[in-house]
Amino acid sequence: MAKKVLVLVGTKKGAFIAESDSARMSWEVRGPFCETWPLNHVVGDPRTGAIHAAGGNEWFGPAVWKSTDLGESWTHSSEGLAYEAGAPPVKAAWSLAHGNDALYVGVEPAGLFRSTDGGESFTHLPGLQDHPSRPDWHPGGAGLILHSLVLNPRDNAGIWVGISAAGVFHSADGGETWEPRNRGTRADYMPEGQNYPEFGQCVHCLVMAPNRPDRLYQQNHCGMYRSDDGGRSWSSIEAGLPSSFGFPAAVHPRDDDMLYLIPLNGDTAGRFMPDAQAAVWRTTDGGRSWEKRTDGLPQKGAYFNVLRQAMATDVLEPAGVYFGTNSGALYASADEGGRWTCIAAHLPLITSVETLVVEA
Amino acid sequence: MSATDTKPEVLVRLPDHLVRLFPGAERRVWLRGANVDEMLHALDARWPGMRDRLCDTTPAVRRHINIFVGGRRAGLATPLAQGMDVFVLTAISGG
Repeated sequence: MAKKVLVLVGTKKGAFIAESDSARMSWEVRGPFCETWPLNHVVGDPRTGAIHAAGGNEWFGPAVWKSTDLGESWTHSSEGLAYEAGAPPVKAAWSLAHGNDALYVGVEPAGLFRSTDGGESFTHLPGLQDHPSRPDWHPGGAGLILHSLVLNPRDNAGIWVGISAAGVFHSADGGETWEPRNRGTRADYMPEGQNYPEFGQCVHCLVMAPNRPDRLYQQNHCGMYRSDDGGRSWSSIEAGLPSSFGFPAAVHPRDDDMLYLIPLNGDTAGRFMPDAQAAVWRTTDGGRSWEKRTDGLPQKGAYFNVLRQAMATDVLEPAGVYFGTNSGALYASADEGGRWTCIAAHLPLITSVETLVVEA
Repeated sequence: MSATDTKPEVLVRLPDHLVRLFPGAERRVWLRGANVDEMLHALDARWPGMRDRLCDTTPAVRRHINIFVGGRRAGLATPLAQGMDVFVLTAISGG
């Protein structure tokens, strides 16, 4: 059966969808959708074909948008997407993940919600608010955001979250209780001797290997890491990279050892592409070595960055890889990151990139 | 006559980009309520979900939403009187 791929793009001014057949040589871009709301994450559910978009409007607050016709029409809801009266209000929805039995939503200030009716209504899972370390969590530059949401595909009760700048937390009971999982990740911004705290690390992006739920990769403000025990311990895999600083990470859809990164030139040097030359870095051995890929990417004057949710792979063979920049350019590779093409040059600031493969 | 019917009825004007979020909603609507909070509940009964777009769980009118009653900026507790004009406006915001 012929397939087509949709690249779901969240931007500061609505959602866009780039669509191609499985050859991925020619693209059509549709949008903006969601009434040009600022969106932080747009994801598709491969089981149902539904697309959800998380965002927050300065005027009208947080909402999760939904399309069941591949973006032709949209509805929105925030029913239940709120903390109890008196608590700091939910400012925006930041991250989405389709689980086997529910849709999960991460928000700012950091918290987790669950929907069992496809995004029509939401229930707060208060475990993160109740965590003993919560009073000591401090926001990162984008706020106290729950930006990474990783579900165990083999265990509906297993959830990992990444919160800036509280770190990685894991729940084994569906979000009721949580434990920090940051051992081995640095906090360079803490005083000497306090650089490996139990929590408080500035995780930037957390992703899971496709066939091994215990293998996690983490781009951190302070380093790049791999865990082979579900985040109980982390090992640095930044040797060979041009910088330990970056935002997104994307796993290959089938190969547990293949990962894509876009390191920036450092957190105090502008956060651009190193030497203003764009590159995607790829490992095929779980981070033991890295390969720089630049074919088709701008090699001069690339003063852009790529935000934490703005890189993804698709499930086609060979896998496609995609990323979007804060300057509104969307790049695609149809050969596992070998060669790159700009498929949209002038979108608004891109906050997220995800893919959805459906029957053509 | 029900208790609700005895409450003041006011003419509420809504911003276009709020109304666009709710298919079938109208820019001008007559609603009853003793104060702004009750008026917003009546608005939500008409178009479910609209109150959440205008108020947060502080509870308060959202930071970048202004509600003017009788020409003055109002909060949730501001009382209403029969026939008043209520304007719901969005602040200058964005980029």
